[in-house]
Amino acid sequence: MFRRTEPTDCTITWEGRTLPARTGESLAAALLAAGITAFRETPVSGSPRGPLCLMGACFDCLVEVEGAQNMQACLVPVSPGLRVAMQRGARDFVEDAA
Amino acid sequence: MSSPPSHTGLFDVAIIGGGMVGSAIGYGCAERGARVAVLDEGDVALRAARGNFGLVWSQSKGDGMPAYAAWTRQSVALWPALAERASALAGRDVQYRAVGGLTFCLDEAEYAARAHFVQRMHNQGQQGLVMLDRRQLQDLMPGCPLGPAVRGASYQPADGHVDPLTLLRGLQAGMRAAGGVHLPGAAVEAIDPIAGGYRLRRADGSEVSAQRVVIAAGVLTTKLAQMVGLDVPVRPVRGQNIVTERLAPILPLPASAIRQTGDGTVQIGVTSEDDGSFATGTTVDALSRMAGRALRVLPVLAQARMVRGWAALRPMTPDGFPAYAESTTHPGAFVATCHSGVTLAAVHAGPLAGAILTGALPEHARDLHPDRFVGMTDVSSH
Repeated sequence: MFRRTEPTDCTITWEGRTLPARTGESLAAALLAAGITAFRETPVSGSPRGPLCLMGACFDCLVEVEGAQNMQACLVPVSPGLRVAMQRGARDFVEDAA
Repeated sequence: MSSPPSHTGLFDVAIIGGGMVGSAIGYGCAERGARVAVLDEGDVALRAARGNFGLVWSQSKGDGMPAYAAWTRQSVALWPALAERASALAGRDVQYRAVGGLTFCLDEAEYAARAHFVQRMHNQGQQGLVMLDRRQLQDLMPGCPLGPAVRGASYQPADGHVDPLTLLRGLQAGMRAAGGVHLPGAAVEAIDPIAGGYRLRRADGSEVSAQRVVIAAGVLTTKLAQMVGLDVPVRPVRGQNIVTERLAPILPLPASAIRQTGDGTVQIGVTSEDDGSFATGTTVDALSRMAGRALRVLPVLAQARMVRGWAALRPMTPDGFPAYAESTTHPGAFVATCHSGVTLAAVHAGPLAGAILTGALPEHARDLHPDRFVGMTDVSSH
C-alpha cells in the first residue's frame, strides 16, 4: 500500500516480529510501510483500527510502546529496537502504574 | 438529505431550536402525529447540548422549587422507556445506565454540608437519597481506587447517566422518522402572527409557517420570547469539560463532575462561570482546578491523558430553574428553557409535547412560569 522514499536504517519489533524502519520517522509511518494496518482493537467493539489523521488528532493509531499503553503511533519517533504491540481494548492504567 | 425539505404549507408545530430541548419536544410532537418543523441555526448554534455532562439526575434538583423537583423525578421515571426508544431510533445504544449517582465529599466540611442538603431535599419529597460514608462507598464500589481524601458521598439509586450525543441523534432521528423536518442553517429573526398561526422569518430569507410555535432556543431565548410577549430572562453560564483517553473501567457509578462513559473515557466537569460572556473558550486555570479535584477523587487518573477540553454555554434563568409558558398575548406560542436538557428530555418528549398540542401545560411545568422572574435579580448558583 505504501512505498518508502528513503531507505531503512534499523529494525523495530511489532508483536514480536522484526520490521525494518528508519530512525526518526513516525512509528505509524514505519508500521504502515511494513504493511501493518490494524494498530489497535477498539475498547467498545474490539474491531481493528489503524491511523486516520497521522497528525495527533484522531487517536485511531494507538499502540503499546515499550509497555506504555495508548501511545499515538503517529507522534512517537522510531528509535532502533523499539518494541511495539497492538493496543487491545481500553488502557488498563491501574496495572500500568507498576 | 437528497432533496431540500418542503417549507410550504402550515406546519402544526414549529420549534425554534434544534438542541436537546427542541429536539425532544419536536420528537414528542411528531410521534403524536403532529406535522413538525425544527428550525435550527446549525453548527454555529451555541448549543448547551454540547456541554451536557450526560447525567440523568434528580439528587441536586429543585431545592426551594418543589415543582422542579417533582418535574425532574417525573422525567427520571419516564427515562427507561425513552432510552429504549431513543436507542432504537439512533441505531445504537444511548448507554442509559440507571446505576445510581454520587456527589463526592472530599472533607468533613463538605460531608456535613451535603448531609444538611440531603436532609433539606428529604423535607421536600426527595426519596431514596442518602449519605454514604467512605466504608459504605467502598462496599458499593468494590475495587474502585478512591483517593484518601474521599470522605463519603450522597447517593441516589435512581440517578444515572447517558451518552448525550447519541441521545440527541436519536431524538432527531425519531422526529424525522415520524415525518418531521429539520431545517438547519438559519436563525429566526421575526415571529409574525398570521391567520391560524405564525410566520417565522429566517436570516436566509426563508419563511416557515405553523399553527403553534415553541421557542426552545437556549441562551438566545430572551429575544425570541419577547417577540411573543413573554419576558424570559436567560443568560449564558459557561461550563468547561475535560475528557480523558479511553480507560478500563474504574468508576462504576457516575458522579457530579466526574463520570466514566460507556466508551471508557472519563469526563470531568464542570465549571459554572456566570460572567455574562458568550465566549466558549477554555482556561488553563479552570481546567487545572477541575482536574485537581478529579485527582483527589481518583488519584490514579494522574496517569491518564487528557484528550480534549472544551466549553459550552448553558442557559440560566434568574433563579436557575426551568421556565415554561404559553403566551397570553400570542396564543399557541410557547417557550421552554432549562439547563438540564438531558434529565428533562423524557418529560419534554412526553407530557410537555402532548400539552403543546392540546394547549394546557402539565401541572409541574405550569408552576414554572417565567412570571416569577418579575423583579428578581440573578440569584442562581447552579
